[in-house]
Amino acid sequence: MTPPVAISCRDLHKAFGSLKVLQGVDLEIRTGEKVVLLGPSGSGKSTLLRCMNRLEEVDSGTITLFDRPLDTSARELAALRAEVGMVFQGFHLFPHLSVLENVTLPQALVRGVGRTEAEQRARVLLGRVGMGHKADAWPPQLSGGQQQRVAIARALALEPKALLFDEPTSALDPEMVHEVLEVMNAIAAQGMTMVVVTHEMHFAERVADRIVFMDGGRVIEDAPPAVFFRQPATERARTFLSHLRVDRQRTETLRATGFLAN
Amino acid sequence: MRLRWLDLLLLGVLWLATAGSAPVRAAEQLRWGLDLEGGAPYGYADPANPSRIIGFERDIADELGKRLGRTFLPVQVNWDSLIPALSRNTVDVAMAGIEITEDHQRGALFTRPYCVYQQRIAVRRGDERVQVFEDLRGLKVGTVTSTAAHRELERLGKVDIKHYTDMFAVYEDLAIGRLDAVYIDQPVADFYAARNLRVRFIEPPRGVGFYGIALRKGDEALKRELDRAIGTMIEDGSLERILRRWRLWHPLQDKLNSYRDVQPIIRQDGPGLAQYLPVLLQGAWMTCRISLAAMVLAMGVGMLLALGRVFGPAPVRWLATGYVEIVRGTPLLIQLYMLYYALPKLGVELDAFVAGVLGLGLNYAANEAENYRAGLQAVPKGQHEACAALGMSRLQAIRHVILPQSLKVTIPPVTNDFIALFKDSSLVSVITLVELTKSYGMLASATYDYIRLGLLTAALYLVISYPAALLARWTEARLQRN
Repeated sequence: MTPPVAISCRDLHKAFGSLKVLQGVDLEIRTGEKVVLLGPSGSGKSTLLRCMNRLEEVDSGTITLFDRPLDTSARELAALRAEVGMVFQGFHLFPHLSVLENVTLPQALVRGVGRTEAEQRARVLLGRVGMGHKADAWPPQLSGGQQQRVAIARALALEPKALLFDEPTSALDPEMVHEVLEVMNAIAAQGMTMVVVTHEMHFAERVADRIVFMDGGRVIEDAPPAVFFRQPATERARTFLSHLRVDRQRTETLRATGFLAN
Repeated sequence: MRLRWLDLLLLGVLWLATAGSAPVRAAEQLRWGLDLEGGAPYGYADPANPSRIIGFERDIADELGKRLGRTFLPVQVNWDSLIPALSRNTVDVAMAGIEITEDHQRGALFTRPYCVYQQRIAVRRGDERVQVFEDLRGLKVGTVTSTAAHRELERLGKVDIKHYTDMFAVYEDLAIGRLDAVYIDQPVADFYAARNLRVRFIEPPRGVGFYGIALRKGDEALKRELDRAIGTMIEDGSLERILRRWRLWHPLQDKLNSYRDVQPIIRQDGPGLAQYLPVLLQGAWMTCRISLAAMVLAMGVGMLLALGRVFGPAPVRWLATGYVEIVRGTPLLIQLYMLYYALPKLGVELDAFVAGVLGLGLNYAANEAENYRAGLQAVPKGQHEACAALGMSRLQAIRHVILPQSLKVTIPPVTNDFIALFKDSSLVSVITLVELTKSYGMLASATYDYIRLGLLTAALYLVISYPAALLARWTEARLQRN
């Protein structure tokens, strides 16, 4: 029995001025699936992700979340967005609120959860992302990796049915990438539906059920990681992967010779 | 090359600085200080040809000029400042219905009088409350600051005195009920109130007073010259002819014959600081009340305007932008005049305090809107996106996330504006409110004690504004901490 469809995209088109970013994207993501979107920069993967909760508007095509169309009233849209958490490259924590308040405020506003209950749940979630000891700190006092973990806790606080990750580790110093990926692994292990835009190939290989490879605003390949990384079907995917390997080799050489910290 | 531009600039500044100042006197000219605003029938701009000055004092000045072999060169000075203008040497004589009173004599030397005046009480037709002068107690009475009439009302006590410079306005405000009575020199009353059919006089006119020409203290030679010339005008009847022509002749003018020499008052000491303080404190209290109320209004309306401008649909955006541009692009003084004097013509009568708060508040709302707008737009786009992605409504996002963050950017300019508003509140004196600056002006024009009063008033302003600045700095520091 296949699980029900969580996110469905049909024939999405989107252009920024004369630049066509999405040119007929079809994609279905089932409940509990972990999908990693790969592709060179400008391939449209981030835009596609941002269309999934309507932070970007598509020009044509339809998106449904759990069989409910995304093209709906402001009130219904807000309710749908609450079902799909998002983690940004730039964290976007609320700098005027403490770590704890960052995680309680959305519960209070969106779910109407009372103060004590919201705080209790916030502390549990902060503990899960390893940030329980920083509940009373202010976001600007935290490192990037710590901020991103708080942002994940904030997204989880609404008990979403799916999570969207938009390059969650790209703005981090290398030594902090690991702590964020670990948290994401743990969430994946609990069966969360996840769509992840990332360049972390290890994460993609280990966690993803499917790799969706995009180029020029289209989905070019859609395969399990074992297939995609060993036998990519298209020339463009092969080129993309070989560039990545060269990059990784260079990084490793630099590390070995001591030019780059571990 | 650059130097030459600088020279041109300096020349331009010099030209601007000198172009508007008082004319330089030729040897035989006397610079004559007078106030054309509300100056009828003394000296005022001819309605038929506004560049010409007419009035009974104009005629007297011409006649005196002939007898002295000198010309009187008119110089516009605010009535309150005429006597100080003498000691500052911007005018040589001041002839503008200045009463020979102890107050005025403290600041100037006076010639023998050239006109006898009385005072007129005016009331609304149909209002029978006032029969005699003493009935003015407890009523709102309009008059002109520092006149003999003003001092009489002060001596009577318990009168709610309202201060006017515009003589049409004072009778108009009486007619529409903002005032219960007007108490002013008879020539003014006869000229202006006669045109207002809703107003009547309490007969007969009261008291006897004298107008004299005010001179710089110590200018005894000029006083002797003018005294002699006025004397000959009385004797040969030319003064009577002039006063008759302006309908100012009445039997009391005979007193001009007997009042030949105005003895200068030697005593210099005015009231002490202890007497100033209650008056100034009362003014300061008004300043505080009006500033606070106006600021609350400005912040509220400004916030609505800013939200409309940043987040509103197109029509709201246009309206808010239009409001901001129009209000910021026109003088506050004009806006106050419009609110207080023009609105009654459209059937909206505002109390002076309300008009003052509205004028200041709505004016500053435009500035605050710009401050808030800058603050709102300084919040990064990511914050909006994070709120949206969490399923917050637009309103929740603005209220709980965007607004609080914008405050950090907004507080410093808003504080500056509050201090500016606090000082701008002195403008409400044009709509009869007596705040701190007006209190200072009234005391100063009564006592000529400009230095001590000025320092005291400045100190009061500072005592109020400095804590406000401290409070702002403290709030700012607290916000920065987060």
